[in-house]
Amino acid sequence: MRTIRFLLQKEFRQIFRNKIILAMIIVMPAIQLMILPLAADYEVKNINIAIVDNDRSTYSQRLISTITASGYFRLTGYNGSFKEAFQLMEQDDADLILEVPSGFEKNLIREDEQKMFIAVNAINGVKANLGGSYLSSIVKNFNKDIRLDLMPAKGVLQTPTIEIVSTNWFNNLLNYRVFMVPGILAILITMIGGFLSCLNIVKEKEVGTIEQINVTPIKKYNFILGKLIPFWVLGNVVFTIGLLISWLIYGIIPIGNIGVLYAFIAVYLLSVLGFGLLISTFCETQQQAMFIMFFFMMVFILLGGLFTSIDSMPMWAQAISKLNPVSYLISVMRMVILKGSSMKDILPHLGITFVFALVLNVLAVINYKKTS
Amino acid sequence: MKDTVIKTDKLTKRFGDFIAANEISFEVYRGEIFGFLGANGAGKTTAMRMLCGLSAPSSGKAIIAGFDVYKQTEMIKRNIGYMSQKFSLYDDLTVLENIHFFGGIYGLTDKQLEMKSKALIERLGLQQEAKKLVASLPLGWKQKLSFSVAVLHDPKIVFLDEPTGGVDPVTRRQFWDLIYDAADRGVTVFVTTHYMDEAEYCHRISIMVDGRIEALDTPKGLKQAFQVQSMDEVFYTLARGAKRGD
Repeated sequence: MRTIRFLLQKEFRQIFRNKIILAMIIVMPAIQLMILPLAADYEVKNINIAIVDNDRSTYSQRLISTITASGYFRLTGYNGSFKEAFQLMEQDDADLILEVPSGFEKNLIREDEQKMFIAVNAINGVKANLGGSYLSSIVKNFNKDIRLDLMPAKGVLQTPTIEIVSTNWFNNLLNYRVFMVPGILAILITMIGGFLSCLNIVKEKEVGTIEQINVTPIKKYNFILGKLIPFWVLGNVVFTIGLLISWLIYGIIPIGNIGVLYAFIAVYLLSVLGFGLLISTFCETQQQAMFIMFFFMMVFILLGGLFTSIDSMPMWAQAISKLNPVSYLISVMRMVILKGSSMKDILPHLGITFVFALVLNVLAVINYKKTS
Repeated sequence: MKDTVIKTDKLTKRFGDFIAANEISFEVYRGEIFGFLGANGAGKTTAMRMLCGLSAPSSGKAIIAGFDVYKQTEMIKRNIGYMSQKFSLYDDLTVLENIHFFGGIYGLTDKQLEMKSKALIERLGLQQEAKKLVASLPLGWKQKLSFSVAVLHDPKIVFLDEPTGGVDPVTRRQFWDLIYDAADRGVTVFVTTHYMDEAEYCHRISIMVDGRIEALDTPKGLKQAFQVQSMDEVFYTLARGAKRGD
């Protein structure tokens, strides 16, 4: 126990002495959490649309103004022919082309039917998909309005009478920030913990101080604990700052018990730090450690369920995400913060994360060799 | 009777095809200053790392301070001090913090730590620098400090790997005063060096060539055996035959 005391004293002194690193640990995630959620959301705005109006009638004008008034579209071309509009798409000035055929108004009134043509620039898949469906629903609504205009007296509408009304639970305004902030915080915690721990022992190897440690009778698990605890404390500090920022800037207050959140983070940090320390025991230079950690971080983050839903990934990717601690953290963060899940709900996540923590740290202790 | 603290028997370290230390056998006695000489690349550091339990031998036997070098490395580490070629105290800790840290992990009590660090700082004349970062000290002082830290816990044996490399003659002289002090307290000193004047200060020396120990005797005995006037000449005669080196 005394040994641990001396190790902790040393680590904390070194951490607090290096003011630049300390500021980076605390300030960088804070800034990222303040800025990134403002930009990272799924909503697609500013879709550039070019409209080819072959009809030039009252109705076609009305449709166009409905589209531009929706706020999602920016009219970048009002062309006489599809060819001209397509040129705009080729120059990337238009994401969508809507072609209104000639006789649009006439057919709508007389034939009760009219086809329209939408061309989508699918280079940006998300934008194309969402833009296309926004546009279709605007056109559908437009159609409904016209029916009402044309047949006010009849009383019987020919539009479908079944309508689906959905309510969004747990995030009823579909506020993307509420969804993204806990996820981004999860990633920041992971990055800070992972990189700090993976670089630390390697740094001692590079400087040569590890040699002086290895020649002492220090116990291996003491040494690893001496590295683990300071970063664990730092991780908790960063997490607390993150929660404060989510509350002060985004007004996000965890609906669930905050104690549950801290209990999970406590175990989670052990697993991430253990992973970093394990990498650290394998590498000889900080560069190696950095690259290996970077490789895993990319996998963890992209398959973590922040940007894309894990449920819609291919089976092999879902299998990988079962071994990805980040996916458990993101899911627990959202469960507790948005849904108010209790300890009982997150118990499976906690159990698996605990196993990660145990296995990774034991491996780190085993793989740290005082005698080469 | 002489008390043997280091005894090796055909101790060997291989790295693939390369034999860094080839069947080295010798004994070192309590309180002795034992010089371990050899050209660059002769295998001195490798041999010393095996004796300290930092590197596992490929074959052969070695007993250090009564403990087996294969099975009891942690017991060996409890009883030795080590100062590596590369300065390896913490640059970002102060002089006092380094002393406390290393003393602490060797299990010294708070009282011992306080007494010993005070005595050490006085002995080295570092009163002004005690609270300064080690990084700001000149090399000579760093070396004296790391030696003092290596013997802080009163080990039975202290291993010094080229402790005076790059240090000025005056500081080297002071460094050797520290070594004699330690030897007087009964600490066995195992030291590698490239300076032949330092070799003369040792009680006995061994000279390694290409991984083997080619000579082992007192400085006087070696000079007589090679019929030369100085240790320099003994060294040249032996090292000239070396095939490896840098």
